[in-house]
Amino acid sequence: MKYTFEIICMLLIVGLFVLTQVIGNQFYFFIGFVILQYMVMATAWNILGGYGGYVNFGSAGFLATGAYTAVALINFLDVGLVEQMVAGGVIAGLLGLATGYLTLRLRGVYFAIATLALAIILETIVAHWDYVGGAAGTSILPKRKPELFGELIVDRKAGIFENYKEYLFFLMGTVAIISVWVARYIENSKLGRGLNAIKDSEEAAECMGVPTLRLKLIATTISGAMMGVAGAPLASYLTFIDPLSAFNLEYAINAIAMPMIGGTISWAGPVIGALLLGTAQQVSSLWIQSELNLLIVGVVLVVFVIIAPEGIIGWFRKSRQGSGR
Amino acid sequence: MAIFIDLLLNALVIGILLGGFYAALSIGLSITFGLLDVVNIAHPTMLVLGAFIAFLLNSTWGIDPILAGIISTPFFFILGWLIYQVYYNVFEKSGAESLRGLAFFFGLLFIIEVGLIIQFGVDHRLVEAPYIGESWNIVVGEEIDVAIPFRLLVAFVVAAIATLSIHFYLTKTFFGRAVRAVAQDMMALRLMGVDPIRVKRIAFALGVATAGIGGALMIIVLPIEPSVGRLYLGNVFAIVVLGGLGSMSGTLLAAVIIGIAESIVATFFGPSWAPAVSFGILLAVLAFRPEGLFGKTAGAH
Amino acid sequence: MTRNVTNRVRVWLLAGLFVASVVLSGSFATTAQAQTKDPIKVGFSMALSGALAGGGQQSLVAIQLWAEDVNKKGGLLGRQVELVFYDDQTNPKNVPGIYSKLLDVDKVDLIVSGYGTNLIAPAMPIAINREMVFMGLFGMNANAKWEYENYFSILPAGPDPAVGFSEVWFKAVQEKFKPKTIAFIAADAEFAQNLKEGAVRNAKAMGMEIVYEQNYNPKTADFTPILRAANAKKPDAIYIASYPNGSAGLVRALAEVGTDAKAVGGGMVGLQFAGLMAGLGPMLNGIANYDFFVPEPTMNLYPGASDLIARYQAKVKAENLKVDELGYYLVPWAYANVDILGQAVQAVGSLDQEAIGKYIRDTEFTSVVGKIKFGKNGEWASPRTLVVQYQGITNNDLDQFAKAGTRKILLPADISTGDLQPFNALRK
Repeated sequence: MKYTFEIICMLLIVGLFVLTQVIGNQFYFFIGFVILQYMVMATAWNILGGYGGYVNFGSAGFLATGAYTAVALINFLDVGLVEQMVAGGVIAGLLGLATGYLTLRLRGVYFAIATLALAIILETIVAHWDYVGGAAGTSILPKRKPELFGELIVDRKAGIFENYKEYLFFLMGTVAIISVWVARYIENSKLGRGLNAIKDSEEAAECMGVPTLRLKLIATTISGAMMGVAGAPLASYLTFIDPLSAFNLEYAINAIAMPMIGGTISWAGPVIGALLLGTAQQVSSLWIQSELNLLIVGVVLVVFVIIAPEGIIGWFRKSRQGSGR
Repeated sequence: MAIFIDLLLNALVIGILLGGFYAALSIGLSITFGLLDVVNIAHPTMLVLGAFIAFLLNSTWGIDPILAGIISTPFFFILGWLIYQVYYNVFEKSGAESLRGLAFFFGLLFIIEVGLIIQFGVDHRLVEAPYIGESWNIVVGEEIDVAIPFRLLVAFVVAAIATLSIHFYLTKTFFGRAVRAVAQDMMALRLMGVDPIRVKRIAFALGVATAGIGGALMIIVLPIEPSVGRLYLGNVFAIVVLGGLGSMSGTLLAAVIIGIAESIVATFFGPSWAPAVSFGILLAVLAFRPEGLFGKTAGAH
Repeated sequence: MTRNVTNRVRVWLLAGLFVASVVLSGSFATTAQAQTKDPIKVGFSMALSGALAGGGQQSLVAIQLWAEDVNKKGGLLGRQVELVFYDDQTNPKNVPGIYSKLLDVDKVDLIVSGYGTNLIAPAMPIAINREMVFMGLFGMNANAKWEYENYFSILPAGPDPAVGFSEVWFKAVQEKFKPKTIAFIAADAEFAQNLKEGAVRNAKAMGMEIVYEQNYNPKTADFTPILRAANAKKPDAIYIASYPNGSAGLVRALAEVGTDAKAVGGGMVGLQFAGLMAGLGPMLNGIANYDFFVPEPTMNLYPGASDLIARYQAKVKAENLKVDELGYYLVPWAYANVDILGQAVQAVGSLDQEAIGKYIRDTEFTSVVGKIKFGKNGEWASPRTLVVQYQGITNNDLDQFAKAGTRKILLPADISTGDLQPFNALRK
């Protein structure tokens, strides 16, 4: 069937919705939100980093752009979550495009460092922007009775969702599924093949007539936009946001480490990586009553890359080839 | 006017000294990352480890932190040796690209950090030495005097000695040239009968070894707690890239440029803009010279 | 063939690792649940690693001391108290998940906050949603926007914490020096920014002219240029709102560059910590700073606090804990944070959150930090910060800070043990 994957995606979104209606224990939505957000970040990173070989060190900057776009919109127009996410995606996408233009000549580690520099400059600017709280941060109160297309969305009795966390979880899950679909689509499209050619050798790709510049710009824009969408609900999730939490190094680390663990050659890599590492992080920090949780995360990282340096996907392919011989 | 000159002069002096300190933090990375292409993002955390060792030796036996740093350097050499052994077997042997190592070093970063928390706790620590908190006042003119904090002067001198000796070691000795060759042409080395892996291993260990003395300087200049390395992660990579990959003198110069930029901004425009300015300089340089200030190979790395 | 074998080994290793982690987590969960029958569980998140861990680890020991005390006396409502806590890594992102786990999985009966405003704030909506009484430890205006009636703050800074925090400092400085000009140096982060904002309001109310006002970034490695720039404006006083790394950096810069300002300090976080006090030693002389508890003879207005700190110090030494050796800064407050909740539960006689909240709102408590009455938004009805001046410190010995004399109380007047002296009069 041609559209099997699309149907599965639709079913998964429906499944997410059913989950929010069936599961009473809110805890799952909290960790679900965090892991799904990482999944979007890892998938977005991988479009540029995994397919194109351009390593983005400043993922946190794009995520924070989404988050702060949301904060500004809440302060300015008091809009709902969906609008915040759309706006966050647009602004972060534009930032991605600008990053692409700014770093046209840069490759390899130079590109990576340039993205990091951009993130740090953005952080400094946000820290001086008092309208969104500046360095002191700001509290965000979720809207009492949010509506979308005339429907009451969150309300304990009459709403579609009983509370905000279910709504946030559902939105983030939907975004995650759409991003994975986009990543898979890119992987199998001309864009993905072009990016792969760039990764192997940019000169060779250019000689073969691949429009390297355009492909890079498209990739930085899509990747940035996805991260912005993932970041927009952060303000509503935390209800308090300051530059330190929005630009946290952890986002940049996880956005890279998750695809690395899962495997960067395919869309499934970041998904597996986010599920594995995200779960490991949540489990260790929520079940171990001490600072040792960080140790578990460190050991898991080291052990996984030692066992499977090409990521789990790469390793599976290799072992399949190995046993086939 | 006198006030302006006074401030400018002091900002320049402090900037240069601060630059030396930054160079000490970055020089090891300039070897491991700049020359050997190993993305050792655990380097700042290794520096913190070095700082805590200096603290331990200083607080229990009253050993001078600089001496403590020299004492701990062999230990870091061995540590680097072991890390490279693992790194080589997992990644380089199979020809994996260097970025694969990122997750490995992230993991290492967390492990060292937790180790520090368990061993030393989470409180801020400082060391004692006669030169900390004292300064040298030079009267230049009417209402103009330059104060040189010994703490920064010591850091600068030690950093400059370390950086320059590494620079000469790499450019003037046979082994040093072999290290530089390893980055470019491994085959040629093999033909010359040199084992490139051994060369890389020693060079990597040397890079990590700088964390001993660099860490000691760190705790002389700043208070230390286990997670402080993360703060300077961006800075050290920025300096190495700004200086040009593989260029030790470039690293020193880039560090001084960043140091001066930061102290000028802190003096005249407001210290909170300092990071934006130093990373802005980095971006501007990369826009015009993608290979950094003193890099040799153009563009791709 | 060998390749096949190693691959298979790898499959098993990977699978084993995953299973082990799941099983491990499961066993942790069951041991947490299968304790003595039916204890009252008190849950919280705490910064045990990361930038705020210094305060977090200290608070944890204090809360553990409280649990020991309560259980020795037979527990709450006749049930033993059990603590359930997780490390938030000083990362606000972990906080919502932790409180959800506490309430939905661990089924705790009571919650208190972690340490610091940005780690309290993310837990607010959950507390409100579940209608739980929520005690906040050192949060600055954490409830200002929510206006949740069952939030109570343990921070002795009065109804308007930002202003109340620095009020005494300005009062002391104004009384003595009547400064005309003032400089502000503040960290670019949440707590310090709030402090500075309140301090600026105090300075304006007293008619001081602000000649310098700058923020510094947490990455700042050296502070001499900042101090020089401030000195160039010739301020009569310098108010500093800083975090531990900045506090240490500025104290060193003060030693190296010096200043002609008569009063220096104010809101320097970290100078109350054992590690920094011992590390900085004589360089602290002359600095006038806020504090909450110091070992001065007049401090016995807090019943039980000295005893608590002595027990804390003994515990730290006996068990060789890697936490602040002295514990003056947070121990009494973290203890009071849980103690007040415990007192309320005991008085109400049930775990009915609404009744507990009402009781806390209506009652004046006596605790290790003295009498507490909560006012609007759960902030203290009146401020009780101290302003102290570091005096007569001769070396880097930690023990001197455990005795009276190194930190003289300037205000409040009724417990004052010393006079504010010009900054330079106390330097060598």
